Amino acid sequence: MGDEHTHGHHHDHHDASSPEIRVEALEDLLIEKGLADPERIDATIRRFEHDIGPMVGAQLVAQAWTDSGLRQRLLADADAVVAAMGLRGPEIEHVEVKANAPGIHNVVVCTLCSCYPWALLGLPPNWYKSPEYRARVVREPRAVLAEMGLELDADTEVRIWDSSSETRFLVMPERPAGTEGWPAERLAELVTRDSMIGVARAADPAGQ
Amino acid sequence: MWLELLILQDSEAPLMSLDLLESTKAAPPRDNGELVFYEPWQARAFGLAADLVDGGHFTWDEFREHLIEAIAAAETTAERSDATEPWDYYRCWLSALEQAVTEGDLLAPQTLTTRAEQYAARPAGHDH
Repeated sequence: MGDEHTHGHHHDHHDASSPEIRVEALEDLLIEKGLADPERIDATIRRFEHDIGPMVGAQLVAQAWTDSGLRQRLLADADAVVAAMGLRGPEIEHVEVKANAPGIHNVVVCTLCSCYPWALLGLPPNWYKSPEYRARVVREPRAVLAEMGLELDADTEVRIWDSSSETRFLVMPERPAGTEGWPAERLAELVTRDSMIGVARAADPAGQ
Repeated sequence: MWLELLILQDSEAPLMSLDLLESTKAAPPRDNGELVFYEPWQARAFGLAADLVDGGHFTWDEFREHLIEAIAAAETTAERSDATEPWDYYRCWLSALEQAVTEGDLLAPQTLTTRAEQYAARPAGHDH
């Protein structure tokens, strides 16, 4: 959200049904009634724009790649690992981690809205929230993944995980070959957001 | 479902106490060049919903039910051949927020409409 945007809005005319006007009216009224606080709202926005993002999940995955005990615990009971690591935050009340393996590829969607493990991945990208992805990845996952640049072998089993009010999912991508001996911090750079949603593989170490 | 926003109860408290996160703190959480919010009003609508949940005025579960309804309604509308507005996630979010606010009796619908009409009637250049 840049300054240019903000400035632009001062010159636009909006009618009473426009989202700009509705949000401004809603916020001002709630602040006047003492139900909302503009500084807390600012702080929340800053946090989601700058501090919360996929690097959290990436560190978790990279650590699990280098520690088989952690990997087992993460797959068996991610909530316990998250709690033990002191990871706190929204949308990770109950998380399940699904590991990709040769012949098995996991993909996450929320068919009804936009459930997503915020504290591990940040807010979801726009395509994750789109009606096209939410409907099509269930119906024709291979075609959708291919369009997103991920070609799977014909004999690879695709498992779709539909996020719900109870459970959010994180995909643990396969550790790329050629990364033997890499420390977790370096490996984490290969763990992209898309690879943890399951629409990409981990990045190619040759490109790093 | 959204977990109660523990992090919002004290905005200065560290969200993550995980030591290893310190090294990545500077990395922007918006890879693939995608912004978290595209318009200022989207960020305000998001932050406002979070603040009301944090204040106990409604829960994320209640909000989510409204969001699911708003998304389903918007998809039905967007599929019509005479649709004038493209699908827009944050318009659904805002619609859910208005529902949650009015159903929770935080504001009367007419109060919101009246204020919105006042703001819309301001001369250009006087937003805010």
